[in-house]
Amino acid sequence: MSLISRLAEKSWLPPGGEGFADPADYRPAASTVGLYLYFGVATVIFTLLIAAYLVRMGVPGMEHGGAGDWRPMPEPPLLWINTVVLIGSSLAWEAASRSVAWERMRLMTVAGGVLGLVFLAGQLLLWRQYQAAGYFLAANPANAFFYLLTALHGLHLAGGIFACARTLGQMGAGTTDSARVFRNVRLCAIYWHFLLLVWVLLAALLIST
Amino acid sequence: MATTIADDLKPLHHPKTWIGKYVWSQDHKVIAIQYSLTAIGIGLVALVLSVLMRLQLGFPGAFPAIQPENYLQFVSMHGMIMVVYLLTALLLGGFGNYLIPLMVGARDMVFPFVNMLSYWVYLLSVIVLVSGFFVPGGPTGAGWTLYPPQAISEGTPGHQWGIVTMLASLAIFIIAFTMGGLNYVTTVLQARTRGMTLMRMPLSVWGIFTASIMGLLAFPALFVAAIMMMLDHLAGTSFFMPAMQSMGQATRTVGGSPILFQHLFWFFGHPEVYIVALPAFGIVSDLISVHARKNIFGYRMMVWAIVIIGALSFLVWAHHMYVSGMNPYFGFFFATSTLVIAIPTAIKVYNWLLTLWRGDIHLRVPMLFAIAFIFTFIHGGLTGLFLGNVSVDVPLSDTFFVVAHFHMVMGVSPILVIFGAIYHWYPKITGRMWNETLGKIHFWITFLGVYVIYLPMHYLGILGVPRRYYALGETAFIPHSAHVANEVISLAAFVVFAGQFIFFYNMIWSYFRGPKADPNPWGAASLEWQTPDTPPKHGNWGPKLPVVYRWAYDYSVPGHARDFIPQNEPPA
Repeated sequence: MSLISRLAEKSWLPPGGEGFADPADYRPAASTVGLYLYFGVATVIFTLLIAAYLVRMGVPGMEHGGAGDWRPMPEPPLLWINTVVLIGSSLAWEAASRSVAWERMRLMTVAGGVLGLVFLAGQLLLWRQYQAAGYFLAANPANAFFYLLTALHGLHLAGGIFACARTLGQMGAGTTDSARVFRNVRLCAIYWHFLLLVWVLLAALLIST
Repeated sequence: MATTIADDLKPLHHPKTWIGKYVWSQDHKVIAIQYSLTAIGIGLVALVLSVLMRLQLGFPGAFPAIQPENYLQFVSMHGMIMVVYLLTALLLGGFGNYLIPLMVGARDMVFPFVNMLSYWVYLLSVIVLVSGFFVPGGPTGAGWTLYPPQAISEGTPGHQWGIVTMLASLAIFIIAFTMGGLNYVTTVLQARTRGMTLMRMPLSVWGIFTASIMGLLAFPALFVAAIMMMLDHLAGTSFFMPAMQSMGQATRTVGGSPILFQHLFWFFGHPEVYIVALPAFGIVSDLISVHARKNIFGYRMMVWAIVIIGALSFLVWAHHMYVSGMNPYFGFFFATSTLVIAIPTAIKVYNWLLTLWRGDIHLRVPMLFAIAFIFTFIHGGLTGLFLGNVSVDVPLSDTFFVVAHFHMVMGVSPILVIFGAIYHWYPKITGRMWNETLGKIHFWITFLGVYVIYLPMHYLGILGVPRRYYALGETAFIPHSAHVANEVISLAAFVVFAGQFIFFYNMIWSYFRGPKADPNPWGAASLEWQTPDTPPKHGNWGPKLPVVYRWAYDYSVPGHARDFIPQNEPPA
């Protein structure tokens, strides 16, 4: 049933046979729905920050008295390396979620999680490089936005690492509910892809401005 | 009949200890009560603050303990507590938690652990908020809108520490709300029992469901604004802070945009109005239908109106910023989108009235509050039409007219619904009945009282009396009558304040001594009244989930012995 026809239901008519399929037959798992809903929340967070970024930068037509104080940051090679690491992490997750064999799935899950950690370490290193070069948080709005956006993105990825650890724990403990493990790996993979997409957009924003 | 997955594969772990049952509980009903009591507790703090404000406004100078900076702190904390920590938490965390699983026929929320976490994080946010009263300099006095640069600049009360606790508390609250909101939405989507189609849900669930989605999309704006302002204040960034001179010295900030904060704040702030209003709309529809023994008029239109109002409310935020300066075309756009919301809202109001029309109206206490809501909401809604127009808003901006408007439309109206809802569901929640006479006394004091309080405020606003002023002083353009009006408002406020203790007495006394309530005292058709136990036990439904055969509004159906047919009664 499409959403439109559901919302057009004339529920006041005398009851008939409609709506009696077992809900468990056709509904996706609650955690899947919850994750997609959270993507809505995260999308709003990053969209609003990007809008604020453009306003504060003084994009023509969006400036509010911007003082012309925006000085863009340089793009060190580490930025590209981190991006490649995150792409690798996402690919590993995709491989994990497509595996049928248990061992291969576990291996790829570990790879995805470890590459995620490497990305986070790389981001911290990137922060240190910027600090060493004098690009402090309060020195310029461009820096402030960079640190804020990368911090929020990193926190989201840290949450993903937590989910990854939980999923690995479920794999290890001789689980009886393997469908759940497969689903959780799939959800982790989707979450990683989402964060990769966000990161690519953020990096593009940082580079292009 | 085949069993559903929810019957078999999700065994509930019934907690054994008292602490597991009532403190670290994962039962949505216990969490709902924890949320509600915390929200009402912090709401009482805000109520006391409003009494202190009225002491100062009615009798300026008579209470030397209330200094100008205290007054501003009372204004700010009263506003923020009432809007976020009381109304949002009570309607979604309280009623949302209690009603959603029971009304859609679920055993619990889909993520019970996250639900529990949501409450404890909410409690933490309340504690951080209250800690603002005890930090050096006291809580913030920046107004509930917290506009920079003044919120974090020298001269505003609480600009050093009060604002930090406020921003931190908001950020924590939003994390708590997001955990709760994901739960409410997913539960409605995923855990409805067999036969409970979307369009068979009671309007209470529709209101709470839509408001939760809106909250998930609107609160992030406040979240990022709070973090950015915190960085401006603590780390010296210039997101919002422009170059300023303070005591002849240039501050270290430069180039920030205060208007940017206003946009972020109101992108949250306006949907927030409807996050509070939509659950109230839904609940009041159910109260009116049950106590008028008549199906809700235009159910499908009511659902669509809720969804349309929710969507439109994201397109109107800048009508709070007409005096901040904007391109006239923007003003035109936002005025138009604001006035368009009047259409779905008017549909709802007409449908409430048409539900009452030739209904079998029982003027019991919940119904009295529901009808009172229609009065106050029409009243507050109509003044909204004035303020939505740029040219009318500009002279009325920041006057008591605005104060009167938003108190009528999003203060008094949802509170009346909350009272009605508490009276309505109290027998199900506690298993006992409250005292009817005390309930009626409480109703009349509250309903008549709020009119004595807020009607004169419109007059003050048209005179030009500004809001957030500590005292009017002796000025030529404020006539004597304004001072008299202020005294009358204050006296009425004290009476209404005292009247609320009748309510608390009634609720607490009835909890211990009230007569045992009938499991379905109002003869309601919706699912929450059909539980095997009253109050419902953990798991809600005994061994089998209910099956739903009809909508929630089969009242006074011709040819039936009773004047209602429960949702889970199979067709004959």
